[in-house]
Amino acid sequence: MSPRKKKKKWNRVDGRDFNELRPLKIESGVLPNADGSAYIEMGKNKIMVGVFGPREMHPKHLSRPNMAVLRCRYHMAPFSVDPRRSPAPSRRDNEISMVMRYALEPAVFLDRYPRSVIDVYAEILEADGGTRCASLNAASVALVDAGIPMRDLVVSCAAGKYDGQLVLDLGDHEDQEGEADVPLAYMPKLDMVTLLQMDGILSPKEFDGCISLALEGCQKIYETQREALKKKYEVEEEEKKD
Amino acid sequence: MSALFESRDLVIPGDVLYEGRIRTGDNTYLRQGKVYASRIGLVEYGRGMVSVITLEAGYNPLVGDTVVGDVVDIELGRWNVDIDASVAAHLNVPDAIDAPFRPDIVMPDILDIGETVVAKVVDLDRWRTPILSILGRDLGKVEEGFTIRITPSKIPRLIGKQGSMVKMILKETGCDIVIGQNGRILINGEKREQEDIAVKVIGKIDREAHTTGLTNRIQEYIKRLKEEFD
Repeated sequence: MSPRKKKKKWNRVDGRDFNELRPLKIESGVLPNADGSAYIEMGKNKIMVGVFGPREMHPKHLSRPNMAVLRCRYHMAPFSVDPRRSPAPSRRDNEISMVMRYALEPAVFLDRYPRSVIDVYAEILEADGGTRCASLNAASVALVDAGIPMRDLVVSCAAGKYDGQLVLDLGDHEDQEGEADVPLAYMPKLDMVTLLQMDGILSPKEFDGCISLALEGCQKIYETQREALKKKYEVEEEEKKD
Repeated sequence: MSALFESRDLVIPGDVLYEGRIRTGDNTYLRQGKVYASRIGLVEYGRGMVSVITLEAGYNPLVGDTVVGDVVDIELGRWNVDIDASVAAHLNVPDAIDAPFRPDIVMPDILDIGETVVAKVVDLDRWRTPILSILGRDLGKVEEGFTIRITPSKIPRLIGKQGSMVKMILKETGCDIVIGQNGRILINGEKREQEDIAVKVIGKIDREAHTTGLTNRIQEYIKRLKEEFD
């Protein structure tokens, strides 16, 4: 065996293939006190999302007379990363909250509920790279679970470049050590992109590659989201037979 | 021009229900010649229309609904009542005491913050704020009992065809039950056990509203619960 052949077998840090997602688990309706909720495990990410509303907005002057306001809160728990992080919202938290709002707004029929607010709270219990994508995946499941009228689900996934290779769904290490990272959110049935960010440097060709890779990942996540939503009603059907 | 699901299939927002021209019913929307679902629920095709019977939805106030709500605020001449809609409902003084508002009326003596009322939606004003009235039979301030909440979209299932389900629960448990269309249910029983049975049964209906043959199963369930308590 020549050394060249050995090099051909390229592996990611966690042994995944370049277009392989991390293990994914989504559950809907986990918080009885929230109107809608979802829990997602995407690799080592653990995120809980609760949705409240549509309800009356306080403070009232922030409400809009012709449509509802979607208010997102992305928050990392102090114990979600090592070393401990301050629980106060940071610049990064505020930005990701805004980015989540922009990504979810096109999917929600906000004009149905004038003068009210829909609150989306994403609490990061454990972080391992790609939390904004994972939060979005859980948030759209939670919004459906809350019975808020939606055009489509929002699916989100990142692709990027690590060690000169285009890879799907970057973990924390790949995110920090890699060359580039492209988070993308997508409405699969309407075929519309609602979020596209890029961090790092990619050639136009690599960028296109990243997008098609991320879209491919989104399709896989979409299936899991569907199953999560349907599962809530299937379990009870089994119960019925007893 | 075709239906893409079977009737009563579970659909999710974004699912294409129909391609072609058709009337769009509840919880669907039309976009570029296709009908999409906008809420999770069971799809229904029929009589030139496609609609989704939703499993999860907030309360959308309609004139004529009986609702159970809590007084959350008192303003000059009206109470604001939380009925789980997207905006709080208004209960004006003439709709509460059958007399015009006078400045010497002490409003908290009539209804105080935190008190529960059974009311009827009599109107939606020009901003679509529900206007309530507590004048009428079986309406007014709640003196005893407690409220529980279920998903408002499952209230029709709790009532059943011609009230069959709720009649059965009333008969079997012996509790007083007032169903608000907004998903709040007022329960008042003589014994704690009766109330427990009612709460459990209503919870079960909430969880299994989308299944068939529910009334019979609930009857068996009540029987089983009664045996447990005896």
